[in-house]
Amino acid sequence: MTGLAILIPIALGMGLLGLAAFFWSIKDGQYDDMDGAAARILIEDEDEPA
Amino acid sequence: MNAPIVLPAPEGRALISTRFTVPGMRCAGCIGKIERELPKVAGITAARANFSAKRVAIQHDPALDETALTAALLAIGFEAQPVAENPLGIDDGERKRLTRALGVAGFGMMNIMLLSVSIWSGADGPTRELFHWLSALIALPVIAYSGRPFFASAWMALSHRRTNMDVPISIGVILATCLSMYETITGGGDAYFDSAVMLLFFLLAGRVLDAVMRDRTRAGIGALLGRMGKSASVIGPDGTTRRVPSGELEPGMLVLVAAGEAMAADGEVTKGFSAIDNAMLTGESAPEPVGPGAVVHAGAINLSAPLRICLTRVADDTAIAEIARLMDEAGQSRSTYVRIADRASRLYAPVVHSLALLAFAGWMIAGAGWHQSLTIAIAVLIITCPCAMGLAVPAAQVVASGALLRRGLLVKDGSALERLAVCDIALFDKTGTLTLGEPRADVSALDAEARTVALGLAQASRHPLSRGLALALLHEGVVPALIDDVREVSGTGLTGRWDGVDVALERPAADGQALATRLRIGADTQTITFADPLRSDASATLAALQAEGIEASILSGDRAAPVVAAAQELRLASVAEASPQAKLAALEALKAQGRRPLMVGDGLNDGPALAAAHASIAPGTASDASQQAADAVFIGEALMPVALAVRVARATMRIVRQNFAFSIAYNLLAVPLALFGMVTPLIAAIAMSVSSLVVVANSLRLAGSAKQ
Repeated sequence: MTGLAILIPIALGMGLLGLAAFFWSIKDGQYDDMDGAAARILIEDEDEPA
Repeated sequence: MNAPIVLPAPEGRALISTRFTVPGMRCAGCIGKIERELPKVAGITAARANFSAKRVAIQHDPALDETALTAALLAIGFEAQPVAENPLGIDDGERKRLTRALGVAGFGMMNIMLLSVSIWSGADGPTRELFHWLSALIALPVIAYSGRPFFASAWMALSHRRTNMDVPISIGVILATCLSMYETITGGGDAYFDSAVMLLFFLLAGRVLDAVMRDRTRAGIGALLGRMGKSASVIGPDGTTRRVPSGELEPGMLVLVAAGEAMAADGEVTKGFSAIDNAMLTGESAPEPVGPGAVVHAGAINLSAPLRICLTRVADDTAIAEIARLMDEAGQSRSTYVRIADRASRLYAPVVHSLALLAFAGWMIAGAGWHQSLTIAIAVLIITCPCAMGLAVPAAQVVASGALLRRGLLVKDGSALERLAVCDIALFDKTGTLTLGEPRADVSALDAEARTVALGLAQASRHPLSRGLALALLHEGVVPALIDDVREVSGTGLTGRWDGVDVALERPAADGQALATRLRIGADTQTITFADPLRSDASATLAALQAEGIEASILSGDRAAPVVAAAQELRLASVAEASPQAKLAALEALKAQGRRPLMVGDGLNDGPALAAAHASIAPGTASDASQQAADAVFIGEALMPVALAVRVARATMRIVRQNFAFSIAYNLLAVPLALFGMVTPLIAAIAMSVSSLVVVANSLRLAGSAKQ
């Protein structure tokens, strides 16, 4: 039982953390441009001359 | 209009942000180019592209106006239009609300499952009671939050004395929650929080899919919109001009319309000679010469020289507004269309409710006690809950619209697919729909020198013929000659000097009906003819439609001669010189005969017909109003997406029917078991989820449906 008292809050806390991260990502606009995010990986950065 | 967002700049100077729609953004390279090159322009601090919505947000010095920014975008090769914050008045809040509800339901489902698994594996006594209380603690807020979309919709339906799919869902969830609370408080053996939350999670997944599909298409269409005159330069008594938004214009005002500007109201020309592009109103591609006394309409674009116009009709009295009203009225009939899912649930919901009630009453009479009777009734409600139905239709439609999107067709919503599938006759507008809607020059007769000179001249003008000529020459890889002193004389043409020789593009001497221009280099002249060619796959598309059993004909507002010529080439029946009212009447007549017409058109004069048709498609070059009125918009030069849309819509409805058949078969099997008390609410929830997964998997088969 003492194990449960530690484990359940941890499990719930981690779930809530994930939920908070999900809410933040919506608010941050990370799902506003899904196609763009997929394309951006292909953009080559121009190397700044040192 | 463009509510500027004032941002504090690092140097302490206020920056403003303006949004542009850039339909030409097609690849990663475009994003990179825009975001890298724009900040190099003086005054622009940052640019951020949204690829899905084809938008660019530019942060810049307030000294730069929209015109300068548009020019900066054009300089790096992108045509752009400034946009209002939210041109379609879209509320993408709905999708965000649903996604958040889905996230919450997912969190609740996983945690409650965790607790439920230990109860099933034998947790007993105080542990079980603790776990039930924990489940209740998680489930109550989760159900209250995630269930809101369903409760609200069910309440709406009930308060209008109707029933929809959300009514059995809401009753099932609320009953299961109440019973579980009772169990928890009295320390009973079973709580069904897991079933209730899982049900909400799966249903929300279907709703989110539906919302994603709508938003994606609207963003695409929003990127194409925004070309109408939204303000005008009013000339005051002292001769100064000021910009006035179109809503505040009044009859009698004197307005200056610059070359390239769109009219914001109807009026009469008082000074100046020019040509106007009336394509938005009539679909006619040839420019119309105007001079003092000529009547011009809102939406027309002034092509060559500034005009002074005395306004006669503004705001809601303009010819455009009249057509918009017709469209609105014509569109009313469509709003009575009932989505297939709602039709199904109209039959379904009463059956489910009476079955559950019968189960409860039956078991009470049999003496099972109210607790067991209620458990069985809830199992019936959950197992018959139209989950598969809630998912069957959106899942198939989302997959199909995604497949069509990749082939250049944007479908506005699922009901459009349902209506497209049952069309049995197609009516096409000619200019801009069967044809490309822009004159293309025949440059094969020109030699290399003439080509470079022609391009040098043509590039200087916004006249449709010049643009058609420039496009044809650029397509051939011609490099423009440097022409000095280019002058555009309205109604006459372009003149300039090249290498010390007088050159000109002018109106041909014999003014026939055919579109042509004459190129003069020194004393030599050559006539360049233009044609508005049919889309290259027009006849293949019509054949494909015929293969689906759809007869096509032409219904055009153009002059009879070109319409008949096109009709003969495509072997179609045709009606020419039809007014917007006549087009509307033709469609109403077809509908009265019990036909389901598909209208394909682009001009504003097609607007009422597009709204009245059973289903309608417009090309991406169509007027804004027509795109708004149409169910789907296709992009590019091919007409084939029209035929493809019908084929995919029919395939979608086949899949939807299969999904329905599956869920009915599943119910026929599961309901008797539930009625006789052989299914606990948990097994009901699992069975329901499995049936949902089968439906989704079946719908995914549509992904390849738009392939040739």
